[in-house]
Amino acid sequence: MTQSPLKIDVLVIGGGPAGLAAALAAKKQGAQKVAVIERNHELGGILQQCIHNGFGLHRFQEELSGPEYAARFIHQIEGSDIDVYLNTMVISLSKDRTVTAVSPTHGLLTCQAGAIILAMGCRERTRGAINIPGYRPAGVFTAGAAQRFMNIEGYLPGKDVVILGSGDIGLIMARRFTLEGAKVHAVVEILPYAAGLTRNVAQCLDDFSIPLHLSSTVVGIEGKDRVEAVTIAQVDNSRRPIPGTEQTIKCDTLLLSVGLIPENELSREAEVPLDPMTSGPQVNELRETAVSGVFACGNVLHVHDLVDYVSDEAEIAGTAAAEFAQDQLPGKSAAISIRPGSGIRYALPQTIEHNQPFDLYLRVVEPVENAVIQIGDRQIRHRKVKPSEMLKIPIKAKDLESWQGRQEIIVELKTAEQGRKKEAASR
Amino acid sequence: MNEQVITKTCIVCPVGCELSIQLGADGQCQEVTGHRCPRGQAYAIAEITDPRRVLTSTVAVAGSEHRLLPVRTKEAIPKDMLFAAIQELQKVLVKAPVHVGDVVIEDLLGTGIPVIASRDVKSA
Amino acid sequence: MMQANALYTADVAIVGGGIVGTAALYQLSQYRLRLALVEKNYEVGWGATKANSGIVHGGFHDDPSTWKGKLCIRGNQRYPELCEKLDVTFRQNGILMVALSEDDLPVLNKYLERGKANGVPGISIISRDEALELEPNLTPDIVAALYSPEGGVINPFEMAIAFAEVAQANGAAIFTDTEVTGLKREGELIHVETDKGVIAARFVINAAGLWSDEIARLAGDDYFTITPRKGEEYLTDKRAGNLVHRTIFPTPSPTSKGILAIPTAEGNLMIGPTALELPDKAALDTTEAGFREIVTSVKRLVPKIDSRDIITSFVGLRAASNRGDFIIEPSPRFPGLIHAAGIESPGLTAAPAIAEVLTQIMADAGLDLIPNPSARDTRPQVPHFHELSNEERAQLIAQDPRFGRVVCRCETVTEAEIVDAIKRGARTVDGVKFRTRAGMGRCQGGFCQPLIIGILARELGVDPTDITKRGPGTKILVSPLNKGMVESGAEMVANSGKEGQA
Repeated sequence: MTQSPLKIDVLVIGGGPAGLAAALAAKKQGAQKVAVIERNHELGGILQQCIHNGFGLHRFQEELSGPEYAARFIHQIEGSDIDVYLNTMVISLSKDRTVTAVSPTHGLLTCQAGAIILAMGCRERTRGAINIPGYRPAGVFTAGAAQRFMNIEGYLPGKDVVILGSGDIGLIMARRFTLEGAKVHAVVEILPYAAGLTRNVAQCLDDFSIPLHLSSTVVGIEGKDRVEAVTIAQVDNSRRPIPGTEQTIKCDTLLLSVGLIPENELSREAEVPLDPMTSGPQVNELRETAVSGVFACGNVLHVHDLVDYVSDEAEIAGTAAAEFAQDQLPGKSAAISIRPGSGIRYALPQTIEHNQPFDLYLRVVEPVENAVIQIGDRQIRHRKVKPSEMLKIPIKAKDLESWQGRQEIIVELKTAEQGRKKEAASR
Repeated sequence: MNEQVITKTCIVCPVGCELSIQLGADGQCQEVTGHRCPRGQAYAIAEITDPRRVLTSTVAVAGSEHRLLPVRTKEAIPKDMLFAAIQELQKVLVKAPVHVGDVVIEDLLGTGIPVIASRDVKSA
Repeated sequence: MMQANALYTADVAIVGGGIVGTAALYQLSQYRLRLALVEKNYEVGWGATKANSGIVHGGFHDDPSTWKGKLCIRGNQRYPELCEKLDVTFRQNGILMVALSEDDLPVLNKYLERGKANGVPGISIISRDEALELEPNLTPDIVAALYSPEGGVINPFEMAIAFAEVAQANGAAIFTDTEVTGLKREGELIHVETDKGVIAARFVINAAGLWSDEIARLAGDDYFTITPRKGEEYLTDKRAGNLVHRTIFPTPSPTSKGILAIPTAEGNLMIGPTALELPDKAALDTTEAGFREIVTSVKRLVPKIDSRDIITSFVGLRAASNRGDFIIEPSPRFPGLIHAAGIESPGLTAAPAIAEVLTQIMADAGLDLIPNPSARDTRPQVPHFHELSNEERAQLIAQDPRFGRVVCRCETVTEAEIVDAIKRGARTVDGVKFRTRAGMGRCQGGFCQPLIIGILARELGVDPTDITKRGPGTKILVSPLNKGMVESGAEMVANSGKEGQA
């Protein structure tokens, strides 16, 4: 039954925004046989259920919906000779770039790839992961699952809704539920600020007078069969509920928008080292992991807020993977590691190995006004930085030159005040 | 009417600028601050005179493996028409195949603004 | 499953479809007997069984003079063969009871002696170093451990389902979603009155778990009471499943065996349970206090356990009786009624042995046990795609392409397995989950629940809005959006299935 493995130059696992852009870039870079493996029955990934607008402003200077953004890439794939395996699930991945997948039409599929691009995306954190006490009734959904029920399956999963977490999906779903006739009673956020984009708070909550409870969380779920109410409470500075602040809200649905986790089960299987801060692979500036010929991009690497940057990152990975597969990837220089210092949650790539200008992606720990990002000796000023907004900082040839011979560059966040002090001291 | 300052979060792009809109005694916009691009200024003025939003939703589609077709208004429509527009979309049944950009409703509720398909849907 | 609208007659009627009721039903179905089982829940195994730790105990915890002591070791010995016959995973991983201080050493000795008296094979006390060699992630603070190599773990609800499926194939009638409201003596027969009709039977087994005292009261027996003992359990990602290989016990407290680290049959790690006596028989809510107690306690045994690896949690209410031991005996005042009550730990382990005792009690009271040559004691193999070799997988997909469509990505469960589960009786999302594990993984159904609802609706020929999580009152979807399609009469196409065969 087992056939000899298919030889593929660049194999992309996942046909979402990252996988699509990576495959196209690999093709453009001259890879002969490029294939995309997608578990769903169509390409586009999570974008197909993100029917709201707001995608593509950077890349296309237009506000597109998720499916429209995906269509731009899908049309190009359809016009290319890239092989697409739909309804196909990768069940194993090994270090030597052998992939096993199953599908109803292709049966068991074994591929030997010149280069692999991990583009599996992410999953949502669940109730179990955040340990909300209480009963286990029907009516508790992750925001993404509710989004799929509404936008793909076409069913309303609840009429009276409380949303825990003010991430972008939660905010978008608050508006979607409201427009479809449901009542969203509250959005509850444990942090003292909204986790999603400010504009989504404005256009999804403020437009519909949906209350946002900051520094609050859900401490109980009532209802043994279907959700009947949730109890929310304010939290203290260490995020523990404050007794006496409980408030019960009657509802039939609790939506969870409490974070996304890169889906790296396959990466682990292939022994790809992960960064505990991003929960994704550690990569160099070409998005190559520590396993030779295995690249990663998009939300499997780190959770992005803008799909435009996913596409950019995927093109870097796709181009480099094609070069690797054709034995054209330039040799590596002495590695410099980039380490997040105080105030920085993560910086990506984690290492520099090619000494070419690149964009450094980073996220801060807390919102800070008049911030100074210190990268090595360079300082970059930002009027306002927030954990929800990934920062993209171009690293120029000049920076790389000044980093010559160093093994580590630390990225730190300072207030403008601290920045000035440092400058004064160094003068 | 007294002079007044209204603050709004700009929704034109992900930056989300905090806009301050200075209103004159006549309720008209006198000055906008806090924006970082001309589109922000235009948005601020529109929020006072004629607030508009792009509506995204779904309509029924027949003859395909998909149940729903995602759609959006080609341009922003008056904000107070959002719920009426949703009611209009309830009535629509589109037949597959559909191509992204196909017009689903030519003139939504007399706004002159079309509703367009947001993706391709192949026939079953 | 059938509905008991009218009078149904049986030789034996069993009240309660937990592990005890289904084990008895399976055992009795080997004879020429007309059998009925009544279960209040929507499916069998959904009471305490569902939330059980799944441990097949070594048999050293209880005194040999008790039912618990006698039946635990007998049950332990029967599981390997039963699991083989019923295609249920049995993982004989062994048990370690850990002493954390010199004071605990006499306790280990006490259980060693008890184990020996009960005839537990291979039981011994091992040194700190030996224990750490077996389980390097145990706390270095341990002093010694009691090792019982024949303890194991099974999936308790899979076991109950398997018992019920085989019994049903042998002709037993199972009435789920059916609640017993009365027990009446009518001449030679007992009338089991339910909200769906009456079952007339010569013998009635009271295996109603938490409610067995209330069933007893329907027959005028008020000599025992059942108090729920609440146990919260937390389940980790399979990633953490290998932290320990054996089930790790502390030395026990007077009311419970303590908070354990249990590698499950499927490769997760289960931590718990708490043990809180409370009057509410429906208190299936987890608590912040329970979570903290479990994490703190279990970290004393296995410090590397990380609460961030927890993917889900649940509650079981153990049916603890005021007698302290199992109550397995004929009713003193209601001829034909046999109680199997107070079946708390080690009830799962003892269940096959309890079924033997119940059968013997009825035989002694005149029930003829004539073996039924056409009855089977094995369950046709249930496909588990993720456990197969690639060759076997390729073969299955060639036979049925639905094996090539992975629906639950976390547990690698295919559409064919889900359809098979529905054919075997699953009617709800939880029914599919407990039979196939679809939705039990790290994403907790976030990705596959919409697909499973689609498959259930298609296979059962109902609308997706009719699909429930676990029976009446637990609907998942409220109403269809975009009614345009309904009014126009356009065909509704569930998103699943078709593309798979295209």
